[in-house]
Amino acid sequence: MASLEQPILLKDIQKILSADVILDEGWRREKIRRVYCSDLMSDILSFGDSSSLLITGLINPQTIRTAEMVDIAAICFVHGKIPHEDTIEMARNNEIVLLSTRYSMYEACGRLYCAKMSKSVDLP
Amino acid sequence: MRRLTEIHKVQELVFKLKTPDAKASEVVILSPNTMMSEVRSILKRNKIAAAPIVADKKVLGIISVNDYINWLIAGKEDCCVEKCMSLNVKFLYDDEPLTDAIKSFERYGFYEFPIINRKTGNFTGIITRRDVIMGLLRALEIDYHEIEISSYSGRTFFHDMAADHTELMLKFSVEGKNIQHGGDIASKLKKNLHYLGLHPDTIRKTVIATYEAEMNLIIYGGGGTVEVLMDADVIHIEVKDEGPGIPDIQKVLQPGYSTAPDWVRELGFGAGMGFTNMQNCSDTLDIISKVGKGTTVKIRISLDPEKSIK
Repeated sequence: MASLEQPILLKDIQKILSADVILDEGWRREKIRRVYCSDLMSDILSFGDSSSLLITGLINPQTIRTAEMVDIAAICFVHGKIPHEDTIEMARNNEIVLLSTRYSMYEACGRLYCAKMSKSVDLP
Repeated sequence: MRRLTEIHKVQELVFKLKTPDAKASEVVILSPNTMMSEVRSILKRNKIAAAPIVADKKVLGIISVNDYINWLIAGKEDCCVEKCMSLNVKFLYDDEPLTDAIKSFERYGFYEFPIINRKTGNFTGIITRRDVIMGLLRALEIDYHEIEISSYSGRTFFHDMAADHTELMLKFSVEGKNIQHGGDIASKLKKNLHYLGLHPDTIRKTVIATYEAEMNLIIYGGGGTVEVLMDADVIHIEVKDEGPGIPDIQKVLQPGYSTAPDWVRELGFGAGMGFTNMQNCSDTLDIISKVGKGTTVKIRISLDPEKSIK
């Protein structure tokens, strides 16, 4: 997990990750303050909040449910993965933005880190 | 957007209200033969600045404080009000919207207007500036009351109930192995708690703890029940299954300890953080389990964030 020195707009994150927008729920207005990267649902449950982006390789419905529980604003799937239509619908019902980047998790995080991030935050 | 509709509603209300909707409930009228010497005490007693002179339901004129002062200055003998009243009376009609009345107050600068029926010309009442304001406030109050009823949020549910103690019980049942629906209950619970207007921190803790427990029911417990009992101070979550039970409770409380099968791990669960998360979100966590019989998890979360341990 890392906090951003300055909150950045989701549209800028989309550019940095060359991501496709799967679901746009007014995402241009969203400012992202924190980025989490995890494939473990329990980890996400203990970190997430309403101004955060989750980078994950999991595209099952539980990813959306987990994001919903902690009010995560946006999810970016790596390796160009796109979830099933039902899962996208679940995100729509919860107003969660979905992005998909072709980068691997390592590269996506690396690019974001180089572009905008400053201080890392210790895990709770 | 919501604000805009509310403004429109107020505007609409002003147009919808007719002059008689706001007219004074108590009307002071004088007869033509009321004596000028009586005027002062009548106006003072009724806290008004003017009164119409009415005979046979028709307004003959109006006598104001100004007319009374003029009479005093002139030093004339006591006489009937008929002889000193203003004859050039401005009326409002009883079918005019309140907006017209407001405009007339602005245009003429008077403090009150007699209201007459347009057809018969008969006197039907009086309207003052105060009446306009009070009429609008009354109408708004009724309107807001209606809005309040239609948009009741449940925010004050526990305090609204007339009882010595109010409890709310939400019961859910969970199917085993049906991972596709994992989190449905926590999701429903979250919406319910929002409806009840609980503090976001409390909602967050409650849904995270419930979600973890719900996933345990699905993955390990073979299904079961989730009961959420709350009152104004505390939420009790009780999650019960008749599954295989937990042989060593101390072990499952260790972060990272997991017995999850591969299919669970592939979905991002089973990292051994479930009970740790439940513990972090609750004031107290109790696990009662018997191998071969089942497991009951009891979670207690305080409703007031100030009272909460975490």
